[in-house]
Amino acid sequence: FADLADMSLSGDITVEGEITVPVGAPSPDEDFSTLDEPVRETIMRDLKAVGKKFVHVMYPKKSSTLLRDWDLWGPLVLCVSLALMLQGGSADSKEDGGPQFAEVFVIIWFGAVVITLNSKLLGGTISFFQSLCVLGYCVLPLTVAMLVCRLVLLAGAGTISFVVRLLVVLAMFAWSTLASTAFLADSQPPNRKALVVYPIFLFYFVISWMILTFTPQ
Amino acid sequence: FAEFDDAADLLAANPDATTISIDEPSDIPKNKHGRLQQSGREEDDELLGTDDSDKTELLAGQKKSAPFWTFEYYQTFFDVDTYQVLDRIKGSVFPVPGKNFVRLYIRSNPDLYGPFWICATLVFAIAVSGNLSNFFIHLGKPTYHYVPEFRKVSIAATTIYAYAWLVPLALWGFLMWRNSKVMNIVSYSFLEIVCVYGYSLFIYIPTAILWIIPQRVVRWVLVVFSLCLSGSVLVMTFWPAVRDDNRRIALATVATIVLLHALLAVGCLAYFFDAPELDFPAPIIPVHNGTTVITK
Repeated sequence: FADLADMSLSGDITVEGEITVPVGAPSPDEDFSTLDEPVRETIMRDLKAVGKKFVHVMYPKKSSTLLRDWDLWGPLVLCVSLALMLQGGSADSKEDGGPQFAEVFVIIWFGAVVITLNSKLLGGTISFFQSLCVLGYCVLPLTVAMLVCRLVLLAGAGTISFVVRLLVVLAMFAWSTLASTAFLADSQPPNRKALVVYPIFLFYFVISWMILTFTPQ
Repeated sequence: FAEFDDAADLLAANPDATTISIDEPSDIPKNKHGRLQQSGREEDDELLGTDDSDKTELLAGQKKSAPFWTFEYYQTFFDVDTYQVLDRIKGSVFPVPGKNFVRLYIRSNPDLYGPFWICATLVFAIAVSGNLSNFFIHLGKPTYHYVPEFRKVSIAATTIYAYAWLVPLALWGFLMWRNSKVMNIVSYSFLEIVCVYGYSLFIYIPTAILWIIPQRVVRWVLVVFSLCLSGSVLVMTFWPAVRDDNRRIALATVATIVLLHALLAVGCLAYFFDAPELDFPAPIIPVHNGTTVITK
């Protein structure tokens, strides 16, 4: 081992070079600590985001805001209010009545999941929750239709009220389908668009049917 | 020309876009020579896909190479374009005598899109039409109160999805069992059978909508008509798979397929659609003690 000993203890070995330590500027997120802000601000921020998305659904333009910042608060609120309004209020739950609360919930969420899976399996590039978000938010026109139907039914249940309800539901159904198609169509492969749009059509058709056939007991 | 057919089919099995277009030119020379050569044998080739069944099985194995727990595996079952789905639906509604649905349209690319969404549409078509039809039949009766009958949707869904998945499973198991006993020339994979059954249910969708018409004769004519169309698709698909077997078993199998299909149609008609009443108004019969009784 004599050679090695000679090599290692020859003295100080000088090393040349540069060392730079990047002093990163503090990223904007770190400054933006939400722990200190008042609760009202936190809630208002989320409410504003939800409200902005509602506006986007009512005036569907191709904007990426709805897709990028997805949230499921809006769909939850819409689903619960629609399911509540579809309750006939019949104390004696007859067998062949309208859909129960749980049935409406399951249809909307399970239907949205199946449509999202369908579009992903066909090769769509949208993410799972973004698609759920869009489908849920586009139930808004139909919820408005349900509200209008209940108000019309308060006035009476004759043929005229039925015609009015039919027209309103048809219009809102078309609006929902067109709105969701406007948001989702771009993420689909071009020669399969019809295959993706048809289940969305069926989904909103079923919801419209539940709204139209609602009869208070 | 048998080798030409093989090569064409091998080529066609992979790039799906050229599937249909390659098929037609090869048909024409076959038909021209049909008279001179054994025409029965050529028909058999079309129906059986004698030389191709091995190769299509191999190619089908090559395609689905992703392991079954990945998402890509299931994506291979949705590898269809809009026009392909429309072509398959057309093929199920207008069965061409002598052409096998699986050979002509599926061609080792069975999809699950068609069966799933056709069944979903059928479920809602039957439920909605049944509800509408009952509404029109009972309209005007003072004691009638319209109910949406939402329970029936879940019953319809269970029935139709069970039919579309369990019957193919049973049939596939049965065919596999017979295949081990008798060297059958044609064998279908489970997904191909599901595909045929799914697409053959398509004709019931317009039938269900037309069942709203409250006339018994119209309804039964519709049942027979749609049963003929979709039954013929099934028969033409499965006859080549069993005809080399014992004659009685082959006939029994095909008869069972048609019988189950008929049972589905008649069962849906009976359960979801109330019987249309006869057209005379309810007679009022004066009873002895002076009160009147209205009979249905």
